[in-house]
Amino acid sequence: MNPMPMPTETRRIATGAAGRDVALVAPRPHLGMPFQRDEDSPTAPDKEPRGIKMVIDSLTAGYGSHAVLRNVSLPVIERTVTAVIGPSGCGKSTLVRCLNRMHEIIPNACVSGRVLLDGRDIYGGHLDPIELRRRVGMVFQKPNPFPTMTVRDNVLAGWRLTGTRPPNADGVVEDALRRAALWDEVKDRLKAPGASLSGGQAQRLCIARALAVRPDVLLMDEPCSALDPIATARIEELIHELASSVTIVIVTHNMQQAARVSENTAFLYMGELIEFGATAGLFTRPSDPRTEDYITGRFG
Amino acid sequence: MQARPNTSGADTAFHATLVLAGLGVVTVLAGVAWELLSLSGEALSKGGIGFITGMTWDPVAEEFGALPALYGTLVTSALALLIAVPLGIGSAVFMSEIASSRVATVVGVLVDLLAAIPSVIYGLWGLFVLAPLLREHVQPGVQKLFGELPLFAGPPLGVGYGTAGLLLAIMVIPVITAVSREVLRAVPDTQREAAYALGATPFEVIRGTVFPYARSGLVGAVVLGLGRALGETMAVTMVIGNRYDISASLFAPGYTLAAVIANEFTEAFSPHYLSALAGLGVVLLGTTLILNAAARLLVRGVRHGGAG
Repeated sequence: MNPMPMPTETRRIATGAAGRDVALVAPRPHLGMPFQRDEDSPTAPDKEPRGIKMVIDSLTAGYGSHAVLRNVSLPVIERTVTAVIGPSGCGKSTLVRCLNRMHEIIPNACVSGRVLLDGRDIYGGHLDPIELRRRVGMVFQKPNPFPTMTVRDNVLAGWRLTGTRPPNADGVVEDALRRAALWDEVKDRLKAPGASLSGGQAQRLCIARALAVRPDVLLMDEPCSALDPIATARIEELIHELASSVTIVIVTHNMQQAARVSENTAFLYMGELIEFGATAGLFTRPSDPRTEDYITGRFG
Repeated sequence: MQARPNTSGADTAFHATLVLAGLGVVTVLAGVAWELLSLSGEALSKGGIGFITGMTWDPVAEEFGALPALYGTLVTSALALLIAVPLGIGSAVFMSEIASSRVATVVGVLVDLLAAIPSVIYGLWGLFVLAPLLREHVQPGVQKLFGELPLFAGPPLGVGYGTAGLLLAIMVIPVITAVSREVLRAVPDTQREAAYALGATPFEVIRGTVFPYARSGLVGAVVLGLGRALGETMAVTMVIGNRYDISASLFAPGYTLAAVIANEFTEAFSPHYLSALAGLGVVLLGTTLILNAAARLLVRGVRHGGAG
C-alpha cells in the first residue's frame, strides 16, 4: 500500500469554480490516487493504512435542467464512516444516490462528472448499474423489507430477486443477520413474514439484506429518521461495528449523529459542498461561516 | 376526550346514514336472492339436481336442464380470462412501470373509454365485424393447421363459444387493466428502490417485488373481470349462436345462462317456464358467488403462505 491517505484537516471547498481544484489537494489527474499524508495530522489512523474507496469528482446532478447538486468533489475513505450533513433539500440524498446510480432510476434524472470506485469511473461504462449496486449497497430512510417474503428470504433477496440461490444459504443468512446485530432476535422466527418486525428490527433486517451480498460500500440515507431513540442508538452502534469491514456513507439531518458515528463529514448547502474534513475538526473549528451557522443551529 | 355537544347530533346522523347505507347493500343482495329463489322454487323442486345436470331445454314438454347454458357460461368466461388476464395485467404493468407519465395518461384514458362502451355496441361489432372476420379468415386457417383437434372441429360459422370468449375478453380487458393499474400504482416506490438497490433488473423488480406486493389486488382485478364475463348478457347473446347444446369445439354455437334468460324471458308462457328461467338466474348467481369465494380463499392462501 501507498502512504497512508487521509484528509487531514478541515479543507475549505471554495464554492466558486476557480477554487475547486485546489480545494481537494490532489489535482484533477490524480484524483483516485491516495491523498498525501499530512504529517502533523491529529486524526491520522495509527493502525492499518486505509486507501480511498471512492472519489466524487465535479459531480453535478439533478432533474432535467434543474441541478440539485453542483460541482461536488470529495473522497470517501475506505472502511470509515463518512457523514453527509446539511439542511433539507441541500442534495444530501441525491449525492449518495449518485454513488450507486440509484439517482437515474427516477425519470428525467441527469448526472455529470465522475464517481470513482477503486479508481474506476462508475459512469464510465465498464460496470453496469446492476453490478455496481451489488458492490455499493444501500439502506433507505424508511425500513422497507419485502412484506411478502419471510425474514430469511429478505436476507437472501439479493439472490431471490434474480432467481438464484447462494451456496450455503443458511450460512449467508446467519452471517448477515449477525453482522446486522439481529440474529439473536429473529433466529427462531426466520420463517415469519418480513412485515412482522418492529421498525428498528426491520431497519436492521434491511441492513442485513444489503450486507448479505457482501458490498464494499454501504450507503445509508437517513437510516434512523423513522426510528425511536433506542432503535437509533442500536443502529448507530451497529454502524460503528460495521465500519471495520465496510466503507459507509451516511446521510443524516442529525448533527449529533454525524458527530457520534463518522470520521469525516461533508457539509452540503444548497447543492454545493461547503466544507469537508475530519468530523472532529469540522464540528469544533468550522472554517466556513455557513458551516458554523448550521452546526450552531442558526438555520436548517 | 371532551364531548363537543355542537357536533354530536351531526355525528349521530352521519353514523346512522353510513349504517343505513351498509345495511342497504346487504338488503338488496338478500332481496334479489330471496326473489330469485322463491320465483324459481317450482322448477328447482320439480327438477331437483336434474335441473343443473339436465341437458334438455324443452319449454313445451316442460323439461328443463341448465347444464348446456352453465357450460357455455363457464367456457366463454374461462376463454375470456385466458386472453384478458395476460393482456390486461400486461398493459397495466406497461402503464405503471414502463411508460412515461404522459403516455400512461393517454393510454389510461383510452382504456377507461373502452370500459365505458355499452355492451350492445360490442355485440353489434362482434356480430357484424368480428364474426365475419373469424368465419372468412381465421377459422378456416386454424382448421387447416389444427383441424384434427376436437377443439376446432365443425363448420366455421363465425358465431359460437370462441367468438363469444374473444368478444368477452375485449370487454373484460379494460376492467382488469384499470383495476390492476391502480393496484400496481399503490405499490410504494420504496419497495421498488429496495430491489433496485440490491442489483435487480427492471424485470426482476416487477416480478420479485411489485407483483408479490400487489398480488391480492391483482386477484381482485381478475375477479372483477370474471364477474363481468359471467354476467355479460347482450353482447354474448348476439355472438354465441344460441344453440342449446354442449360441444367441445370452440367453433360450435352454444348458449349461456344470461343469454337464455334474455332471449326467452318475454316468451315464458307458463309459470313453470318462468320459474325455470329464474332457476337459471339462481345457477348464475350461485356460480358467481362460488367463484368469488374461491378467489378470496386463493388470495388468503397466498397471503398466509408467504413466498416460500
